[in-house]
Amino acid sequence: MDWLEAGRWSPYIVGAGIGVLSWVTFLLSDKAIGCSTAFARTSGMIEKLFRGDKVRQKPYYREFIPEIDWEWMLVLGVFAGAFISSVLSGSFRISIEHSVWTAHFGNTPILRLLVALTGGIVMGFGSRWAGGCTSGHGISGTLQWTLSSWIAAICFFAGGIITALFMFEVLSGGVS
Amino acid sequence: MLHAKRGLQFTIALLCGVVFGFLLQKGGVTNYDVIIGQLLLKDFTVVKVMLSAVITGSLGIYALKSAGLVKLHPKPGSLGSSAVGGLIFGVGFATLGYCPGTVSGAVGTGSLDALFGGVAGILIGSGLYASLYPRLRSGILQKGDFGTKTIPEILNVNPWLVVIPGCLIIAALLLFLENAGL
Repeated sequence: MDWLEAGRWSPYIVGAGIGVLSWVTFLLSDKAIGCSTAFARTSGMIEKLFRGDKVRQKPYYREFIPEIDWEWMLVLGVFAGAFISSVLSGSFRISIEHSVWTAHFGNTPILRLLVALTGGIVMGFGSRWAGGCTSGHGISGTLQWTLSSWIAAICFFAGGIITALFMFEVLSGGVS
Repeated sequence: MLHAKRGLQFTIALLCGVVFGFLLQKGGVTNYDVIIGQLLLKDFTVVKVMLSAVITGSLGIYALKSAGLVKLHPKPGSLGSSAVGGLIFGVGFATLGYCPGTVSGAVGTGSLDALFGGVAGILIGSGLYASLYPRLRSGILQKGDFGTKTIPEILNVNPWLVVIPGCLIIAALLLFLENAGL
């Protein structure tokens, strides 16, 4: 079973696999693959620990009930699947180092954590604003040819490309 | 009915998630360097994975729909929601270097910035949005509303007249990327 231990598969095989997986979720579960709503529900669940049941009265959480649902289990599975895959291919590593980051910003783990946290906050906020993420809009929505999803997906990359070029070409002085 | 069995559905979701996470990791897209490489337009792995999923997925889903076996789940949107929210998402996407799906996978591969930066940040950002939602809901989110319409519905044509040419254009784009050595 060498292919299970391979470090990388062709992006086309992986993409086709995700496409077939979407047939399965539509057929067996009447659901489209998505990830970001699970984070919103979890955020509500955490807030509920501190503020109690009145969190459920917030208009957002009346629409997206803070509880474990199908998509939440999917996201848990993503964590497990990537863990299994990285262990099988020997690439699992507890680390915070990334070569692109280090090449531009040096060995600065604290800075990386703070930037990642900031990015996470902005992205979490934006995913709720747009009503989906790179999975829900970027893959599931575009494959259904939904207008909202094509616009969102194009804007994800437009915003991402401009920001990445600014961070890595301008801010860091273009070292690479 | 299969779709109403909660325990079974949770098991299916977990298994589908495991396959999804496995594929994302094997594709390399749970890796920060690969995602940033895409946004810097140096490594097109992310786009290749996504677009080949769109081709395969849309041919299958529309075939299943034509056979009456599935129904679509189009998300609603508007310019104020999809475009503005999409751009905000993009800024965060590049700053973090993962998206909500790949961040979960990256935690699984041991990336601590994905866990303590990414997951924590997304939870905070989602909570902030939930608090601001009542004010946004009646304002900017309504601007340029186009509901849950799909492109075939907007053009008022048989879906295959969008799906087939759309998939061909995407395939041509992928071929172009390969030929350009990207």
